[in-house]
Amino acid sequence: MKSLLLTLATRKGAWLYHGDPTRRTWRVDGPHFLGHIVNHVVLDPRDGRTLLAAAKTGHLGPTVFRSTDYGASWREAERPPAFAKAAQDGGGRAVDHSFWLTPGHADTADVWYAGTSPQGLFRSEDGGVTWAPCSDINEDPQYRKWMGTVQDGTPDGPKLHSIIVDPRDPKHLYLAMSGGGVHESTDGGRRFKPLIDGMEVVEGFDRADATFHDPHCVRLCPSRPDRLYQQNHCGIYRLDRPAQRWQRIGINMPAEIGNIGFPLAVHPRDADTAWVFPMDGTTVWPRTSPGGRPAVYATHYAGATWRRLDVGLPASQAWWTVKRQAMTTDRLDPVGLYFGTTSGELWMSGDEGRHWTCIARHLPEIYAVEAAEPA
Amino acid sequence: MKVLIPGALRSYVENGHAEAGGATLAAVLADLERSYPGIRFRVIDEQDRIRPHVRFFADGVQVRDLRQPLATASELVIVQALSGG
Repeated sequence: MKSLLLTLATRKGAWLYHGDPTRRTWRVDGPHFLGHIVNHVVLDPRDGRTLLAAAKTGHLGPTVFRSTDYGASWREAERPPAFAKAAQDGGGRAVDHSFWLTPGHADTADVWYAGTSPQGLFRSEDGGVTWAPCSDINEDPQYRKWMGTVQDGTPDGPKLHSIIVDPRDPKHLYLAMSGGGVHESTDGGRRFKPLIDGMEVVEGFDRADATFHDPHCVRLCPSRPDRLYQQNHCGIYRLDRPAQRWQRIGINMPAEIGNIGFPLAVHPRDADTAWVFPMDGTTVWPRTSPGGRPAVYATHYAGATWRRLDVGLPASQAWWTVKRQAMTTDRLDPVGLYFGTTSGELWMSGDEGRHWTCIARHLPEIYAVEAAEPA
Repeated sequence: MKVLIPGALRSYVENGHAEAGGATLAAVLADLERSYPGIRFRVIDEQDRIRPHVRFFADGVQVRDLRQPLATASELVIVQALSGG
């Protein structure tokens, strides 16, 4: 059995949790980059050794750090993600922070993708040492219109996220933008097309316009790569390609809970199973657990039914939630589920969500949690 | 000239000061970048704009433009605000 590594990105730094193969004991290693705003820390599944961390330090510019010794030492990227210099002074965009990191296809060693705020797609071909803009969408007038401005985006900046590489084809990519919708590329990320049919938008806006779409998290099922799940600002969806139209499976959630949330996780071997973490999206959008009673909801039937999973979680007065990158699974059997909260707690379930235990408390606000298997 | 480096950039310049030369702020920062790769992007964005909450003072006078002449200055201070929670 393999050991596990949980990588946590938080508002005040990064932490690594090393787990034994039984997932009963965890050794904490951190903080790394104390005081830095860290949005994502990802271990390369191709070598089980290379860690990348997307960081920003207060008002300093954004960068990416790289480690090949599980965080014992870090080196800064020589050329972090940055937009092309505009022809005219004052006209171009600047990366505020790198938000999302995705390793490339298994056959393309050292290729990585980064999604930024404001929305941009970047690629590294040397394991994260140097990055360059890699897609027409960064400068395309139509895409720039769909991306909107900082004023249109999420509170801490509009984001490009959920960069997905089809495990069968390195040229087939998906990405999502908050705001700006879900998009698909078949040429390795140079050009994209919207994939927004069936997705709802806030009442009164035009659902045919990608501008108004706010996907929060999109996941591809490893066991059935033609199946995507999505947690959106306006519900939970499933899409079975080659279909083009998303099906709103969140309508099957209990009405008193609703189907608003940020994260979504999929089962590594069962494409009918997925987990969400609902939050209160009523009135002024408190973005807390509904009623102060946090729970994960699971479907084992591709969204036809949902089951509440809250054994071990606080029964009342717990007013936190889980952000879009902060819920994930491992690949063991039974599958381990993990989430980090806005209140700095790290929770896990070793039985696919039936029972929950808290691994860590008192961390800074957790932005991202990933589970990986070190080499 | 002597360049004073704020605490947030000490990962590049451990002792907090460096020597760099140039006729303009842009040239001084380019010289600094040669000695400490990566430091310029932390204070100047890819559109050559000074990042928000970062300030430069040459001999006590604020420098607001990368093209501003600095040939006669003896000291450049980089200041980074610590606002935020």
